[in-house]
Amino acid sequence: MIAFFVKRFFQAVVVMFVISLISFSIQDNLGDPLRELVGQSVSEEERQALRDEMGLNDPFLVQYLRFAKKAVQGDLGDSYFFKKPAFDVIMKKLPATLELVFGATIIIILFSVPIGVYSAINPQSWFSKTVMGLSIVGISIPVFLTAIGLIYLFAIELNWLPSYGRGETSNLLGWETGFLTADGLKHLILPSFTLASIMLPLFIRLIRSEMMEVLQSEYVKFAWAKGISPRRIYFVHALKNTMLPVITVGGVQIGTMVAYTILTETVFQWPGMGFLFLEAVNRVDTPLIVAYLIVVGAIFVVTNTLVDLIYGLVNPAVKLAGKK
Amino acid sequence: MPLLEVNNLEVCFGLRSGAVKALRDVSFTLQRGERLGVVGESGAGKSVLGFSIINLLSRPGHISSGSVHFEGKDLASLAPEELRSIRGNRISMIFQDPMMTLNPVLTIGVQMVECLLAHRRISKADAKRIALKKLQQVQIPSPEKRLDQYPHELSGGMRQRIVIAIGLLLDPDIIIADEPTTALDVTIQAEIMDLMLNLCEQNNVALILITHDLGVVSQVTQRMLVMYAGRIIEQGPTKEIINDAQHPYTQGLMNALPQMALPGQKLNQIKGTMPPLQRIPKGCSFNPRCEYVMDICKQTLPSFTQSGNCQVACHMVAEPMQDKMLIKEV
Repeated sequence: MIAFFVKRFFQAVVVMFVISLISFSIQDNLGDPLRELVGQSVSEEERQALRDEMGLNDPFLVQYLRFAKKAVQGDLGDSYFFKKPAFDVIMKKLPATLELVFGATIIIILFSVPIGVYSAINPQSWFSKTVMGLSIVGISIPVFLTAIGLIYLFAIELNWLPSYGRGETSNLLGWETGFLTADGLKHLILPSFTLASIMLPLFIRLIRSEMMEVLQSEYVKFAWAKGISPRRIYFVHALKNTMLPVITVGGVQIGTMVAYTILTETVFQWPGMGFLFLEAVNRVDTPLIVAYLIVVGAIFVVTNTLVDLIYGLVNPAVKLAGKK
Repeated sequence: MPLLEVNNLEVCFGLRSGAVKALRDVSFTLQRGERLGVVGESGAGKSVLGFSIINLLSRPGHISSGSVHFEGKDLASLAPEELRSIRGNRISMIFQDPMMTLNPVLTIGVQMVECLLAHRRISKADAKRIALKKLQQVQIPSPEKRLDQYPHELSGGMRQRIVIAIGLLLDPDIIIADEPTTALDVTIQAEIMDLMLNLCEQNNVALILITHDLGVVSQVTQRMLVMYAGRIIEQGPTKEIINDAQHPYTQGLMNALPQMALPGQKLNQIKGTMPPLQRIPKGCSFNPRCEYVMDICKQTLPSFTQSGNCQVACHMVAEPMQDKMLIKEV
């Protein structure tokens, strides 16, 4: 078990090194940080002097090494705009994004498993056929359109749910959470459904096709021959095997969802790190961009590690290194 | 009264290109404790027959007509809940490939206990005790350990022992074994077969052994059915059929045994292949491959003729009999 985590830790380090290198190498093409940093009245000579002072004129490798030296000590540089450590700025916005991803994940699990299982057991029913048709539509509609549609229906026409912001939040051990207040939860509904809408059709289809395959297997046939109840066959014998590939894909998709929050957060004015990232790109706030990419990379590695752990729990044939 | 009586069973697979009949007019009986062999080429309908007895055909297959009588109930038309109480309980099945039969994510113990709990009102601890006893009966080494193991931790032979133990869990009346040793190593095939036969004999369980291994059938079964293209073409006491097969197809199968060829000689075989179920020829389905084919074989389907203790569906066997009868009448 320890060996597994050590291996994972080194993998994470490599991943983040590569991410930082890539994000660092594109900064030259993003634009001039000075444009946003100083007013129009500043002369070109002064700008040059400032660039020299900030080290923006140094060769790429020199800049990168300077960054890397600090980064290994946990310092990802200061945001040009906020004048504060970029890492702290992102950490302040992280809870909002993680809660949004969490909300969307819950919605995906709650909907995709029952619908996927039902349509695998009854592939010929009108419900399954409707779901399959709708899921194609769902996959093809872009997120911002879904978001605007939901806002129009539930916020403007019906006036049931708020359309922007996080609402009231409370502080739980230093974590700003919207889960503990009714207002916070209400604000979470539309953005979560929007974010979930991209992955939900995919998961329904995935669970359905995996389950249909499992239901054809010999061991399910044998379970029928043993005379055990259909419910047990579907939910113990078949579902557990169905979930193996779904967990693998799901882990990657949850990581991807963190990236998708950029669009959702923008439409809903959700004060998360996706929204922050878009602002940072507009302001050419390079340290913030680099820090964001590294944090997202770290989230990817962490979720994938968790997924591997869960996979090991479900699939007895997989033994994590050192586990007895 | 026979334990199991199958009458005019017909199984259809509804495909897009039309319904295909996988079994036609299959009738036979099984006595308590009897060992019945079912032989035939691949695709003859042996496995379909096995599954249709407990009405467990996978879609789009279904029993389209006929009956399967077991203890006064017709399994072909029984309600799903009642059918479930018979499956695994009174009639159990042993599948071909033990690598595929056991669920990979559940322990052996779970897979055995659930079967007992589905049919009997007993505690989990009691169910475990029975499971352990059955594991001892199938002579698996250190049975206590096996209950907590997963299928992937066991060898093929051990898995098939467990499948047999599951089949015997509830002391059924009938076990349907669909090629139970085909997927196993040759060295343990005989071991597993012996074990299964002994356990069936000890517990007075009737066995339906589906196989293409004529050698095994001749050694262990009392009666046998020979199937071709979804029909039974010959049935009777195994000894009689093995020693004096009447149907040209059965004769061909016997001749194809490696023992029947002389050293250095090519092995005998039946020419041609079995027709696909969609294109079964008119008359006797075997007529395109039959050495003794006559005009009548291409026109009318032969009905069963009693020959000794056997029943044979062949015009060639039927004709001399009719002649004899004619002579008598004259």
